[in-house]
Parts: sequence; C-alpha cells; structure tokens
Amino acid sequence: MTNQVNQAEPLLEVDALKKYFPIKRGFLKRVVGHVKAVDDLSFRIMEGETLGLVGESGCGKTTAGRSILRAINPSSGRVIFRDPVLGKVNVPELEKEQLIAVRRNMRMIFQDPYASLNPRMTLLDIVGAPLRALGIARGKELEDRVAEMLRVVGLRPEYMRRYPHAFSGGQRQRIGIARALAPNPKFLVCDEPVSALDVSVQAQILNLLQDLQKSMGLTYLFVAHDLSVVAHISNRVAVMYVGKMVELAPTSELFTNPLHPYTEALMSAIPRPDPRPREKRILLTGEVANPANPPSGCYFHPRCNYCIDICRTEEPKFEEVKPGHFAKCHRAHDLHLTGAVDIMKNQAAQSI
Amino acid sequence: MNEKQNNDILVEIKDLRTYFYLAEGVVRAVDGCNLTIKRGRTLGIVGESGCGKSMTAYSLMRLISPPGKIVGGDMLFYNTGKNTVSSGATTEVINIAKLDPNGREMRSIRGNQISMVFQEPMTAMSPVLTVGRQISEAIQLHQGLDKKEARQVAIEMLARVRMPKPDRVFDDYPFQLSGGMRQRAVIAMALSCRPSLLIADEPTTALDVTTEAQILDLMRNLQNEFGMAIMYITHNLGVIAEMAEEVAVMYMGKVVEQTDIRSIFFNPQHPYTRGLLSSIPQLDDAVTAVDKSKRLNVIKGMVPDPYTRLQGCPFHPRCPDFITGVCDKFEPKYVQTDQDHFVRCHLYDPNPVEKEVA
Repeated sequence: MTNQVNQAEPLLEVDALKKYFPIKRGFLKRVVGHVKAVDDLSFRIMEGETLGLVGESGCGKTTAGRSILRAINPSSGRVIFRDPVLGKVNVPELEKEQLIAVRRNMRMIFQDPYASLNPRMTLLDIVGAPLRALGIARGKELEDRVAEMLRVVGLRPEYMRRYPHAFSGGQRQRIGIARALAPNPKFLVCDEPVSALDVSVQAQILNLLQDLQKSMGLTYLFVAHDLSVVAHISNRVAVMYVGKMVELAPTSELFTNPLHPYTEALMSAIPRPDPRPREKRILLTGEVANPANPPSGCYFHPRCNYCIDICRTEEPKFEEVKPGHFAKCHRAHDLHLTGAVDIMKNQAAQSI
Repeated sequence: MNEKQNNDILVEIKDLRTYFYLAEGVVRAVDGCNLTIKRGRTLGIVGESGCGKSMTAYSLMRLISPPGKIVGGDMLFYNTGKNTVSSGATTEVINIAKLDPNGREMRSIRGNQISMVFQEPMTAMSPVLTVGRQISEAIQLHQGLDKKEARQVAIEMLARVRMPKPDRVFDDYPFQLSGGMRQRAVIAMALSCRPSLLIADEPTTALDVTTEAQILDLMRNLQNEFGMAIMYITHNLGVIAEMAEEVAVMYMGKVVEQTDIRSIFFNPQHPYTRGLLSSIPQLDDAVTAVDKSKRLNVIKGMVPDPYTRLQGCPFHPRCPDFITGVCDKFEPKYVQTDQDHFVRCHLYDPNPVEKEVA
C-alpha cells in the first residue's frame, strides 16, 4: 500500500456513538419519541486509512460523520481523536477552546458544492475563513496560504477575488476541498463529495483526493452511497442500515465474501456498466425501516430473505466473524452469500 | 425515405435544434441532434449534465417554452394508432416539430401517444390533488371515460405498477407516499393511456439503489406487457447497461455516437464515449487492487460554458485524439462505421476535409 496505514494506533476511535433526535408533538412540544439516526456505532480508523461508509438515504451516514466532528452534538458515546498537539482527546467532552484547537485537525468536505459555498463571499474569504476563525493566519500570510491551497487543489491563485458563481460544479468542489485543507488537518470527513458531480468530473475529484491523501498524509472517512466509488477509494468499508452498522470489512473481503444479507442485496442492486446478461438480482421487498419506529429484533428482518425466528425477536450482536470482518447478523456463520465479485465473474463468463 | 424500414421506426429526430435566447447570449441546448427510436425498443440517452438530453425530450413533447425555441429540424412520429404492430396498418407520419405546441393535434399526442416520467417524483405531481385525481385526469381527457370508469382504469393501472393497496392509494395525496411509491404513481400516470413511446427522464436518479432496482425491474416488466418504446435518459452508464438496447451518447447538444448496447461498451468509437467509459471506477479493479492510490482515467478539462460556440468539433479541446487543422476547423459529419453504428468524429471519416470543401 503506498499510502502509509499505521496499524499500530488508531487515529480515531468511535465507541457506542449515538445521536437521537427527539420527536415533539403538540402545544407543549412534548417529546413523544426519538428518531434514532445513529444508534450505537463503534469503529476505528487508522492513520492514513480511508474508511468508506455506505448505506441508503436516511440510514444515518451523514449524521454519523457530523456527530464525530461535533458539527452536531452526539447524544452519547465517545469519539477518541489522537490530536498531534493535545494528544488523545474525547471530542464530545471537549471545552470550547480545546474543540477549536482540535477542529484544525478534523474537517469536513460537503456533498453539494452549490449549497456549501456562500455566494456572497470571494474565494479568499471562503478558503481563508477557517484560517481566520481558528486564528492561524491573517493579512498577507492568509492570502499566501489561500493562494497555496488553491494551487494544491488545481485552481489558479488569481481566482482568489472571484465569487463561487463563476465556477462549475467540479471547480466548486475543489474550492470546498481547499477550504477543508487550509488549516492543514489530519482527518477529513468526506460527505458524498462526488455524488453531485458528472462522471468525468467525479474521476478528477477522486484522483485529487487520492493525491492529497498521499502528499499530505490524510485520513478519510468517506461517506457515499455509490459502491464502486467507495470500493475504489477505501481500504475498508462499513455498511449502515437504519442507524446501525451491519458490516465492516476490508474492501476486497467485503466485496468477495459479504456476511450480511443487506450487503448482499446492495451489491446485487447496483446497476453495473456491463450489458451482458446477469443472474436474477435480489430484489428487496418493502422499504427502509423507519428509524423512529424500528422493527423488533434485527432491523433488517422484514426485508431479509434469510430470516429465521430468532431474527424477529432478538437483536444480533455486531461481532468479529473472521479476523477484521465484523457483521451484525444471527446467521453470519452459516450463510454463504454472493458478493459483487461473484456477480462480475458470472457476468464476464457470459458470451458477448 | 425507405418505406420498408418505416414499420419499425417510431420516431425519427433529424437535425433538431433547440435554442434558448437569453440576455447573456444564445444557448444552443440541442444543436443538430439525430436520433431514431424503434417501436417497442429502449433507446438510452447518456451524457453529462447540460449536454441537451432532457431538452431533446422536452422538444419531442413540445414542452419548450420561451425564451427557448425549436429553431430547426424535424421530429417525425410514425403513428399507426395505438400499439398496433400489424404491418397492414397505415402509417401516418406526423412532424411534431411543425405542430402548434398548444394545438389540438399536439395535445392529442402528448400524454396519450407519447408520455413522460420526470426525474423528481415530488415535483412531477401536484401536492394539492390526490394521486387518483391526477392519474384519471389524463384517462378522462384522452379516453373519453367518465369519472367512475376512469377511477376503475386508474386503480387497475396502480395495481399494474405493483402499488400495494391501489384502491386506497387512489385517494391518497402524493406526500403520503414514499419516493419509490411516488415514482410508481408517476409511471402509472404516464402509462394510463397506453402510449407508444414513454420518455423516462432520469426516473431513478433521486432514488436509493435498492428502490432503483425495483423501479428498473418494474419498467422492464411493463415494457413487456404494454410493448411501448422507451426513451431512457440518464447519466448513469450502469443503468444504461441494464435498460437500453440501443444507446445514443450526447455532448454539447449533439449526438456523437449511436449504436447498440454491446458495441457501446465493447467497441466504443467516439473519443468522448471512450473517455466517459474509462472514467467510471471499475468495481473489479477496485476490489482486486491492493494499492488504493490507483488513479482513474479522466477526460481533461471540462464541458465549456453553454454560451460558447466552438469552431469544428465541440469536443476537440478535450479530445486525446485531436488532429490539428482538422478537428478545430471543420465540423465532423455523422458517419456510419458499421451496421447500426453512427459516429460524429473525423477519425472515422475517410476524407473529412474534402467533404467540407465540396
């Protein structure tokens, strides 16, 4: 692996992270229930690693990313971040000043390059904003730093005085990346950074993210719903369903031997750019469960093809089934599921 | 025109030009688009945003409103009546480009012979009318049924799109349905008059993969049942591979390549098509590669802004096979390179310059 993954000590350790949003009703705004957007998430990210986080809309991927950075306050759980200056800190418990210091090192890239840039600010103000807010640079120094960042992401420093409307979607995403990288962080949450972009531009941005990871020694939590993009960029992939992590494994392991039926269904559902006939896909029936009123037992059981009695009553544990391969399924040990790799092999065997 | 072929061809678009006259300049949204849609077949249209895919569809529906205008070209619709595949039927040729967009003739085609499924199921339906009312509107209008009969047809239609509890959904409002169910309702609406052409404009882009898989499966089954042709617009090459039998690739308002589905993936000819295909991350490579720093191929540069008009081939500034003095001077012809394989590129034209001079 060219990007150095430090196996010894994790850069980020998430332990039993929860984010519940209260549902309020009536005149007195009584709390009548909770949307369990993120429910008991635990994982680690090593330094220099890219962890992909996939799942369907509403499964809590974005909320997880935001809770880790404390863009929103998590309801409970620990997020241990190894800060180069402060050492190991628990992000949800930090005081304001310390949080500001830690924010230099953990930053975010947003999904929508149109909504995430203020149209009334110039690039200098946008990219310089974190430097100013965190008290890193000002005046001429700030300008130099912004110019350097723009060059790093492949934009001309002369564009500094322009406004975002003068740029295309791909260029705007570069501006967003420059802003995130300006304070020279260690860890980035990339929240669907390419899903709003066209394929040819998407490839450019993915290459840029990979180059930056190598040159700046970055660690990514890469949130996306496109499995091929996630497979391309991630060392390990985590799958979420209704606020919970259902599977976590190294990329090639996950795509070869998925252990959770939901992962299998996701892989079967992706439309593949190959016109050769393929085996009948696994079509899930029904809809994603409502996180305010989840089903009993395993959340996936009403849609699962392999459901047995225990699945309806008892929630499975998230356990390490094989070394480095975690799954949350009662039948993880006895099912033999079809991964994306098998689907591709079968398809490739078909005559043209 | 070849009389023999006319039986399989449903719609023929020739050199269509739809321009938008804005204060900042003229946007040539569709600029010389050639397409043929065959009866009962699926034509996929791919291209990046702003390449004119949707505007071609809107032009065919005559839904272009000022400042947009269809300034040239023909859109021939070979009408044999509804879904009659019989060869004996007389074919009536209607040039949709010449019709009055609000006239009686166009209104009897739109929503009846040619109907459309839009990208956003939320915005395609009116939030203040029930699902049933919106579906029966077209049925009452085009099939001349009364309200009660239309209700029957609409409920039957909802059942055909595998909507659970169709008689209850009939009285629901769109906000009560989930995204996937709403898209089913929109499809039911589009199919309620048994069109001979269904235009699907990115119908699954706003949906999740598992829901998308359900909708794609549904559309294929409905095509088998109803036998309509589908013009499927998407930017997702994976969806194209699953749905289409023929593909047209568009770039800056022009069709740059049209051929069958296998040739587009296994023998792409236009440099843009090749670039597009190689820039998608391949799952096989990604899964087997240990090295995560493997770079993707990219098409250099980006789509020029819509006001520019380039001399020669519109793709030449980004093209890896650019020929100086040819590609930047002369507009390429639409040449046939194989049976049913058309490319707009100088590389495949035996004498590109001479023709232009002559």
